[in-house]
Amino acid sequence: MTLPYLIDQLVNGLILGSMYALVAIGFSMIYGIVRLINFAHGDILTIGAFAGLAAFASADLPFPVVILIVLVAGAVVGMVIERTTFRPMRGSPQVTGFIASLAVSIILENLAIMILSAQPRTFRIPAYLNALVDFGPVSIRVIDLMIVVLAIVLVIALTSFVRFTKVGIAMRATAENYDVARLMGININRMIMLAFAIGSALAAVAGLMWGSKYGQISPLMGVLPGLKAFVAAVIGGVGSISGAVLGGYILGLAEVLFVGLLPPALSGYRNAFVFGALILVLLVLPNGLLGRNTETRA
Amino acid sequence: MSDRDTFLPKFAALALIGAGLVFWARSVLDPYALSIVMFVGINVILAVSLNISNGFTGLFSLGHPAFMTIGGYMTAILVMPAARKGLMLPDLPAFLAGQEWSFLPALLAGGSLSALVAVIVGFPVLRLRGHYLAVATLGLIFIVQSLAVNLDGVTRGALGLSGLPSLTTTWWVYGFVLLTLFVCWRLKHSSLGRTMLAIRENELAAACLGVRVARTRVFAFALGAFFAGIAGGLWVHVVTLISPDSFSFGLAFQLVVMVVVGGTGSITGASIVAAVLTLATEFLKPVEESLNLYGASQIAIAVGVILILIYRPAGLFGTAEPQPLNLIKRLGSRHTSPANSPE
Repeated sequence: MTLPYLIDQLVNGLILGSMYALVAIGFSMIYGIVRLINFAHGDILTIGAFAGLAAFASADLPFPVVILIVLVAGAVVGMVIERTTFRPMRGSPQVTGFIASLAVSIILENLAIMILSAQPRTFRIPAYLNALVDFGPVSIRVIDLMIVVLAIVLVIALTSFVRFTKVGIAMRATAENYDVARLMGININRMIMLAFAIGSALAAVAGLMWGSKYGQISPLMGVLPGLKAFVAAVIGGVGSISGAVLGGYILGLAEVLFVGLLPPALSGYRNAFVFGALILVLLVLPNGLLGRNTETRA
Repeated sequence: MSDRDTFLPKFAALALIGAGLVFWARSVLDPYALSIVMFVGINVILAVSLNISNGFTGLFSLGHPAFMTIGGYMTAILVMPAARKGLMLPDLPAFLAGQEWSFLPALLAGGSLSALVAVIVGFPVLRLRGHYLAVATLGLIFIVQSLAVNLDGVTRGALGLSGLPSLTTTWWVYGFVLLTLFVCWRLKHSSLGRTMLAIRENELAAACLGVRVARTRVFAFALGAFFAGIAGGLWVHVVTLISPDSFSFGLAFQLVVMVVVGGTGSITGASIVAAVLTLATEFLKPVEESLNLYGASQIAIAVGVILILIYRPAGLFGTAEPQPLNLIKRLGSRHTSPANSPE
């Protein structure tokens, strides 16, 4: 094994980790506030990818504008789902919301297949994003650098928003104690909707990244990354944003290194490895690496 | 209501009526319609058995497809002629390679293997609660799937096993539907069944009263897995094919919908909804094709599920077992005694 190969693998792991981290943040934020595991979250990634494809294809838009379009598309879809499906069943048992999110996921996937056809499409990005940058022993595509940088920027922006702004503090209060926050005059409905909007926007950007990185998108592309991002959120500790980011990078690196460094005979077990890791973490560290011990999971 | 005295004769009577219906269906319906009847039966087995863990015991499991895959492969391998096995599956362990079983023992073996896996997996995994358990059992589907893809000397990998004999008949399916219903009904009204309900309602209180919580949970999970394995074996010998993605995550969703919409804990509810959903999917298929809107029926079902979750969160039947006879009686006596108490 050569050094450039190892560096390549590490970069790939960082990129995959960035995408998992962005999707995992949404899982964590939504869970933190409404105690809902939103299985439609992976499909937001699909929507983001197709929004990105449309934005790239329709006009010669600069990259930041494309990112903005994808963010807005994700946020809007997230808010619509919250308003139409999850708000009416707030207060019912946890499992109810979980099943509803599975139903939403089925609706989104079948709509996507109906409107866009099940055929995978090529995700073309402008030439300047495909250019290679030389770093001594290895060269890396511009878009790959962009993915890593963008993920870091978004995470820092989100963290400072949640930590320092008034709305962010209100959001944390809601996650901390729903009823008391309401008594303090915080508009709970708005906070929950905001959590869905932010989480979905980040997942949509992850979809844009996924398309740019792997070059192909399809209506069912979001299912597996969504599930794996959930695994990442569990590893980090569901409910904690920094935990989701940490879990995302750990899972991304571990998955890429598992495939890249172990004998090829084992690489077919990639998914078994990820979900085996999930079950193991749930059993050994039920609150994840950074989660707080607030309720019984195990 | 003296349940014990009236149950057996009632069950026998209903079973006879059912057998008459099956006999009638076999003489009237064409093979395609009969295959739909078989799928209705298989889905009833699946929904009712999933109800043991998800409904009675309150364990939210999505793992049924994993157990169906295990049972399906096991049954298919045991039934397959030994000569063909040597050709297709070179890595099969010697004690399996020479076997050539008839259908019934092979089905039971498939179910037992599923139950065994459920016991092994169950002890650690069933410590989890709520949707953490759901996600762990979902992981189980993916793990079994990737084992089936990668152990190609035993399963023929992604190709799957094709050209299986179409051994499953309406009588086989009907027999196992009866067995499932019988076992689940007896279970629900036994002290073990009440133990399960107690765990669902309040685990701590149940434990304080001397219920062995962990053991009962694993038993519920394994019993469900046993029937799922048998249903898997029946299914693959209708479609004469099994591949690693024969039974996937989408099926888990459909099964959970049957249980939740029917009412978690209601055997009658789960069976009725399983039958109705299977038939609805079949009848909507041609509509979908003529309108060229593939996936529309799935969307319709999913929207229906969301509406039911919003407006009838306990499912259509709750835990109750609606009695068709009583319903008819109630309708008939509506004029004379309006004060008939609701169930």
